[in-house]
Parts: sequence; structure tokens; C-alpha cells
Amino acid sequence: MMTKSRTRKIRWSFIIFFIPVALWLLLLIVLPHIELLRISLTSTSTDGFTLDNYKAFFLEPIYWLTFVRTAMYSIIVTAIVLIISLPVAFYITKISKIKTQGLLMVLILVPFWVSEMIRVYGWMILLRESGVINSIMLKLGIFNQPIEMLYNDITMIMGLVYTSMLFMIVPIIGVLGSLDDSLIEAAHDLGAKKLAIWKEIIIPYCMPGIMSGSIIVFMLVLGSYLTPKLMGGKNALWFTEQIYNQIIVYFNWEQGSAFGFLLLLLSSLIIWVALKLTKQSFSEVVR
Amino acid sequence: MQIALSIKDLTKQFGDFTAVKDLTFDVEDGKFFSILGPSGCGKTTLLRMIAGFYQPTAGSIEIQGKDMLGMEPNKRPVNLVFQHLALFPMMNVFENIAFGLKRKGEKGPGIEKKVNDMLERVGLPDSGPKKINQLSGGQKQRIAIARCLVLEPTVLLLDEPLGALDAKLREHMKVELKKLQVKVGTTFVYITHDQSEAMVMSDYVAVMNKGSFEQLDTPQNLYSNPSSSFVAQFVGENNKFNVALQKDESGKFFAKTKDGGLYTLSNSFKLQNSESFDMFVRPEAIIINPANPKPEFNVINADVKAILFDGGNSRLLVTPEKTDEEIIVSLPQNRQFDYIKARDSIKIGWDPEAAVCFNKTGEQIYDDEI
Repeated sequence: MMTKSRTRKIRWSFIIFFIPVALWLLLLIVLPHIELLRISLTSTSTDGFTLDNYKAFFLEPIYWLTFVRTAMYSIIVTAIVLIISLPVAFYITKISKIKTQGLLMVLILVPFWVSEMIRVYGWMILLRESGVINSIMLKLGIFNQPIEMLYNDITMIMGLVYTSMLFMIVPIIGVLGSLDDSLIEAAHDLGAKKLAIWKEIIIPYCMPGIMSGSIIVFMLVLGSYLTPKLMGGKNALWFTEQIYNQIIVYFNWEQGSAFGFLLLLLSSLIIWVALKLTKQSFSEVVR
Repeated sequence: MQIALSIKDLTKQFGDFTAVKDLTFDVEDGKFFSILGPSGCGKTTLLRMIAGFYQPTAGSIEIQGKDMLGMEPNKRPVNLVFQHLALFPMMNVFENIAFGLKRKGEKGPGIEKKVNDMLERVGLPDSGPKKINQLSGGQKQRIAIARCLVLEPTVLLLDEPLGALDAKLREHMKVELKKLQVKVGTTFVYITHDQSEAMVMSDYVAVMNKGSFEQLDTPQNLYSNPSSSFVAQFVGENNKFNVALQKDESGKFFAKTKDGGLYTLSNSFKLQNSESFDMFVRPEAIIINPANPKPEFNVINADVKAILFDGGNSRLLVTPEKTDEEIIVSLPQNRQFDYIKARDSIKIGWDPEAAVCFNKTGEQIYDDEI
């Protein structure tokens, strides 16, 4: 009797905590996606079930090219973020003193206290034709005339790298913190040079952190809207803009839903391939 | 005999603190050399300088006659077995041992042969594909040593590698390690704070205190002829008496305790400040109820406070009459002394030859010492 009432108690507490999570998942994620899926399989012109919206994505080069471009840039941004984050995380966890560690973490966090919009406008103030950098360069006589540094792919990549850096550094710091310094020393003692230590010891050890950071950054960049729209080139679209245009501009909910669903499927596919290529298991990465 | 490791006037300072002070010593090729000292005595600093992780403030380190100054750890013909072993968790046993060989640029088949030979040698054949976390403590130990030995270093450095093992396994590994060293013939430099580890395994032991060597000798000499109060206290168990020294007309020396006990001594001393001496008598040098003591024997009456039974290492805790000093006496387990019970009065005695006296150092090795 005793044990029975105890198990019942545990179950109740479990249900109380589980309900908000379940509701949140169901109402905000599962239901909208089911509706998205349903809408994407209908058409404005014909009744009933149709795959026309999906067909349009693959048949119209402008659509799938936009997606390929978006995915490629997202991978490039993720790679750049990773290359910058590894040494930064290493410096914070292994080289800097404990007192400065906190300060450095705050420095990384502070930019995220303002909204993405403000951050992007900050970049724009710096980079535009009449912006801070141009006026300084003109005064110093380095530029003869102002140069437009906004609205090109390189600026956009820089903006995306900047806005997603934190999400790579934090998980890598998490795993690096548990890396015993003596492993690095042991590798050095056994004859490894700096490059070999990074390649054989530090990066393999950080792999779970690197993968979870990469997934977050990749998804974040792939689904970002503001930065590519405000900083990117005017002649090339980000895939989220494509969805926005379909739903808001053309009022084509069916096509927009199909794009949204394809974004989900294709990005999941890319992550699955990446996990397979690096031989990481998903459960290990999300832990 | 060839000299494997030669240290001259080696000093290391961290700011104002001198961790290693003017050390000079040589280690012969193929010897098991231990550095024994309490924590904070500078032994790890010394080892890390030999391995190349610290640069000495002054002095030189030569390995087989080659100066090591300024040479990176990855270029030195020494390898270090870390305190917590530092096996690479993302690699299996084979890859761990092959790591150093690959860095040397050796190729596949050669590596495979060497690694398998090494695994055979440390008694763990077929464990190449195992993950590190599948190994027991003792096995990890052997893999960590194998990972270094496979590179055929001139000197193998070991930083208290047995510290993390439980007592029984540690006893076992001591013997294993000694056997392994004899088998491979590599020079081992082993640091530890456990005097029994140092004594059992080593050909030579250096007792280190506050950055310098108190004594460098064979374990036997260290035990029977300690050269300072510190060594007498640190190596093996010892009874310590705070005494003042006296000399009678015939030139014989006596040690006088503050409770008025007077003990004969065999050696002679230069008396200056006679109050501050430490006298040491080993527990096993003290005889219980001596039957026909020689005339010069120090025989005193004492009360048995407790019997500290520990198998072959059993001891009596006794207090000389009218004092509150405590003396530890070995209690042989040959049934001869089974009649002794706690609170009995017994006689104990020792040969003056067995007692040693040193100037008091003021050194406290353990916190609870008086």
C-alpha cells in the first residue's frame, strides 16, 4: 500500500511538470506544423490533395537556388563561427586567469542584451556610406570617396557570424572546462606539436560541444531573417525572405507553407548528414 | 656505469618562492631512482623541469650528456607518467599507445608490432581495442606506462602514479612496477610521498624537503643511517624524544628527557646548545622484557596503553613510568608476548647503538606533532 501511494505521488508530480511542456510542444510546435503540412498539400485553384506546391520548389530554379544559397552560406557561417570560437573558448577556459574568465564571458554576453535589430542597426551605422568607418577613413585620407560596405554577401556573413558566435562559444566552453590539462601536457610529452594536439586531442574531445554548437548556429542562421534582409545584397534572397514573400506579399499561404516545411526537412537532413560524417550520435550531442 | 640523467645546481623560483634549491645529482643508467618528500617539497616541480614543462631559473639538466636547456617536452628523450595517468579518453588502448609512435612518423605495420609487443610486456595482450573506461585502475596504470615505454625513453618519469589506487592494489602494483623496471631496464625516476613505495622499489632514494635533498642513499642506508632529524622522521616509523645531551667524566654521552629519563648513547657529539636534540629509536629496535640485557642497555619500566594489532605489523603503545610520553614498540606475532594486556606494566629496553640523535630542526611533518 505504502509503495503504491508513493508511486502515485511521483506520477502526479511528474504530470504537473510535464503538462506545460507537453502543451507548449503541442500547441506551439506540433499543431502549427500539422496545419502547415495540411495547407501545403492544398491548392488555391484545385480542390483536394496536391503536391503542386512541393513540385514548384524543385521545378522553379529561383526557389531551390535560393535554398541552396541559404544552406551554403549557413554552412560557411557555421564554419567561420567554429574557427573563431575554438581559440576563444580555449583562451577563456585554459589560458586566462579565473578572475578574467568571468569578465571575458560577460564581454561575450553583453552584445546579446540588446535585440538583434539594434545590433544590426549598429553595424549599419558603422558601415553605411555616410557611416563612422567611412568618415574616419575619409578624414585620414585612406579613402578618396566613401565606399558602400553594406548590402553585400561578405558584410552579411560578418553580421551573421557576429550574431551567432555566443551559441558556439558557450557549448564549447562547457566541454573544454572538463578537459584535464594533463591530457594536453601528456600529448606534448609524447611528442605532439601544437597542431597535432589540437587535431588529436582538443578537437576530438570537444566534438560533442562543437556539434551541438554547430547545430544551434546552423539552424539559427538558416532561419534568420533580419540580418540577411537588412545587411545582405538586394539581388539575392535568403530562403526565409522567400517564405515571407509568399505568405505576406503574394498571400500564397499554400506555397509559403510548403517552403516552411521544406526548410524544416532539408535542414534536418543536412544535420543528419553532418552527424553521420563526423560519426557523432545525436544523443551524445544533445546531452 | 653510464649516467642517464645529470642535474647540476638546479634552481626554480616562482616569484619569491624557491621551489627547488641548488640541486645536484646523477642518476645511473637502468636504475630505479625515487624522490621522496612531503607534499609541497618541490618534487613535482623538479620532475616537471626534467620533463620540460618548466624552465629552470638556474642550473642545467643533462640527459645522456646532452643539455636539455630550452628544449621542448616533445623533443626530450624522457616521458612522464602523470599522476592521474592522462590517458586519452577518446582513443582506445591501441591508439593511446600508438599516439607517440605516430608523432615520431612511424608507419602502420611497425606501429602495430611495437604496440602489440608492448601490450604483451605489460601483461595486457588483446586489450588493444578496449575503451579506456573499460579498464580497471591497475590496467590503466599499466597502459599509461606502456604508452611511454613504447617510445623507448632514456628516462621514464613517474609522478605518484599509484596515488589513486586502493591500498591492496597499490601493494600489488609496487611489486609489478619493480618487476617491469627490471625487465625493461629503463631508468625510472619516481616521485612519491609514500616512503614504503620508495623503499620497496628503488635502488636509490633521495629524501627531499623544502626544495633540497636531505639525503640521497640506498633504502637500507636511509633506514638505518638517517643523516638528519627529518629523514629519521620521514622514512619508516620512529620514536622521537626531545632531549638534552649530557656528558659524564668518562666521556660517555647521555640523553635526558624533560621528565628526567636518562638514556645512554653510543656516539659522541659536539655539544653546543644541548637542549635542542631529537633522539630516535625504531619500534623494532626496542625489546620487550629483555631477559639478559647487556649492561649498557637502556631498560625502563613502562605501562602498556594499548595494543595496536595489525597482523605482522602489530605494535604496543607504551608510556614510560611517571611520564606522558608515548613510545611505539614492535610486537612480534610469534605468541611469545601473548600474555601482555593493556594497562600491564612491562620493561622495555634498547641497545644504545640503535638510538640516533640529531640537532632539532623544528620541523613538523604531521600537524598533530608536538
